[in-house]
Amino acid sequence: MTRNQIAEELPNLAESKLTALVVDDSFVNQTIHQKLLNRLGIENDVVTNGKEAVDVYCSGRNYDLILMDMDMPIMNGIQATKRLREMGIESKIAGVTTRANEGEKKEFMEAGLNDFQEKPLTISKLLSILHKLNFYVQT
Amino acid sequence: MNTTVVAQLQRQFQDYIVSLYQQGFLDNQFSELRKLQDEGTPDFVSEVVSLFFDDCSKLIDTMSRSLERPDNVDFKQVDSGVHQLKGSSSSVGARRVKNVCISFKECCHVQNREGCLRCLQQVDYEYKMLKTKLQDLFNLEQQILQAGGTIPQVDIN
Repeated sequence: MTRNQIAEELPNLAESKLTALVVDDSFVNQTIHQKLLNRLGIENDVVTNGKEAVDVYCSGRNYDLILMDMDMPIMNGIQATKRLREMGIESKIAGVTTRANEGEKKEFMEAGLNDFQEKPLTISKLLSILHKLNFYVQT
Repeated sequence: MNTTVVAQLQRQFQDYIVSLYQQGFLDNQFSELRKLQDEGTPDFVSEVVSLFFDDCSKLIDTMSRSLERPDNVDFKQVDSGVHQLKGSSSSVGARRVKNVCISFKECCHVQNREGCLRCLQQVDYEYKMLKTKLQDLFNLEQQILQAGGTIPQVDIN
């Protein structure tokens, strides 16, 4: 998609200055997810597991959106999502995982997700997350 | 710029990349990665696939050690490795590698060591084959650019 096409989908994106945190232990996925976010003009950081995500929030950082993988060492996505919600974190959290059976999806959603997408992520899946989470209406 | 040479190289590139999809080496996710490549990040695809091939090498090595002794196989660890490999192959569009991982997971699930060893061999073969094919593809891209041309957008669908 060109920048103009993306701007048509999300007219207020340019002014929104959204921030996102990529939480994934795979370097392949980190690179792809960061590139997708960069393409949409969303500032982003990356951490490699759920505990690092929690630590980042404990250090006072905040993000509009978290792209949370499920399977990670030390602290997985379900544990991290639960922990962040217990801490009162209201950032939108989108679970992004290859695990798509209904039981696993339900468990992940119930941990406190706002949305869920199956990997691999693409521009249109990321746009779908942003639409679902109403980011396009923020200015 | 020799436009005939560029056109020939572009044609070669187009035919080659289409053949990789037709032969099942790549799927649509690879096209999605190519769409993300731009002037600011002209090596994005080759960097991502390079990370993928590093993953393959490390995970295959770990799984091989886990499967070494017939009396002491940690199938949970092997399954974890296959899961990671399946994930990253899916993320780059490495279709054949991903498909072997699906069978590999089944073998782990039923704790079939012989089946796992066959799958391990197969996944090793497939990732190395893909690595060679993509290296040829990237070389063609470089030749087009050096001849002053642009890399064609190829619509696979």
